[in-house]
Amino acid sequence: MTAAVLHAHRIARRGLLLTGLALAGVLGVYWLALALTPIERWQGAAQKILYLHAPAAWAGMLAFSLVGLAGGLYLWLRDRRLDVFAEASAEVGLMFGAIVLTTGPLWGKPVWGAYWTWDARLTLTLFLVFLFVGYLGLRGALSDPEERARFSAVVGILGLLLVPFVHLSVYLFRTQHPKPVLLKPSAPSMPGDMLRTLLISVGVFTLLYVGMVTARYGIGLMREAARGAADAD
Amino acid sequence: MAELARLIAVLAAKDLRVEVRSRTALVSATVFAALVLVVFNFARDPASVAPETLAPSVLWVTFTFAAMLTFNRGFALERENAALDGLLLSPLPRGALFFGKYLANLGFVATVQAVTLPLFVLFFNVGLGGALPGLVLVTALATAGFVAVGTVFSAIVVRTRFADLMLPVLLLPFLVPPIIGAVQVTTRLLAGRPLSEQVTWLRFLGVYDIAFITLCALVFPALFDE
Repeated sequence: MTAAVLHAHRIARRGLLLTGLALAGVLGVYWLALALTPIERWQGAAQKILYLHAPAAWAGMLAFSLVGLAGGLYLWLRDRRLDVFAEASAEVGLMFGAIVLTTGPLWGKPVWGAYWTWDARLTLTLFLVFLFVGYLGLRGALSDPEERARFSAVVGILGLLLVPFVHLSVYLFRTQHPKPVLLKPSAPSMPGDMLRTLLISVGVFTLLYVGMVTARYGIGLMREAARGAADAD
Repeated sequence: MAELARLIAVLAAKDLRVEVRSRTALVSATVFAALVLVVFNFARDPASVAPETLAPSVLWVTFTFAAMLTFNRGFALERENAALDGLLLSPLPRGALFFGKYLANLGFVATVQAVTLPLFVLFFNVGLGGALPGLVLVTALATAGFVAVGTVFSAIVVRTRFADLMLPVLLLPFLVPPIIGAVQVTTRLLAGRPLSEQVTWLRFLGVYDIAFITLCALVFPALFDE
């Protein structure tokens, strides 16, 4: 094995270790949320899903922003590693997006009375997932690695610029209509116990993101090294 | 600057001339738009939904889908006989290449829209009244931005195997903000409300145009440096 492969292997192993730690942390969050955090008065047990949902949304947004940012830096610095990172971040971000889009409706049905509403944040998340899918689909459809890096960087940057526009347009779209009176998502000022659980969960999910991206990044580097070796033969 | 404008005009005129001579894409896109209008008419229950209720959505779905079909043409054309290599070897700045292709696409989409609008008025029994100038303005504002994104994406997907499938998947999310704005404004214009009430949406569309045309022009050259 070459030095590059060994290096990549070490990064991937470190990422897996962090992922394991974070997954243990997720179990801890479950325990904290179910056993030690009081049940919310109006929403009941359904509110518990917040401790997974909101942190996953945060990690997904983080992943998405970093895909765009890495794309911009790639076009500037032309460092292959930035592209490997962007791909890793997009794949992991898609997973977090899927968590958000499954936990959200599960909560929405008992609390809002509907699995789905065209609320600004729901719509934005849906579009982030669409953009991720398109981004990864494009990567799969391009064979030349250098071309793939440039093209997907361009898509990543444009996607990042799209986010505020989707948010603003959906927001303007909704606020021109009367708000629901009964089924509105009330914003409870959160008691200390709940806030603590939520913040811990955000930390755990950030660690999960870092761990998974590191592992995936290491795998990406191994692929690069293997390709380099194949080209050299 | 004047030289750059001339180069852009030459490139856009070349694309449009090719189109005017063959007419294949233009005729197909227009017929497609007419067919979508017809299909939409039968995709509603005439007893419960009046055509006017559905009209703004139908107009914009037709406009954007027909536009999307036309984008692939621009670079697919250049792929034949490696014409793109010729363009890239010519002393044409990459920025001029973008704006030339952009203007050609814009001209193309505007033509399809100009044919679709009267058909829409005819099929959906819409009374335009004094709404026409406002409708033209909002159409121009909503179209200018997404055609820029479509131009960039068509240059990307033409290198993939599934260009016809890839383009809508990438582009549709970018169509959503302009469609939302355009449908909102169109609905109110067709209801006889004045354009001056719609300043928020018009401003939103204008900002979208400026942001995406600028960014597209900036990133476009990165697609061709090899």
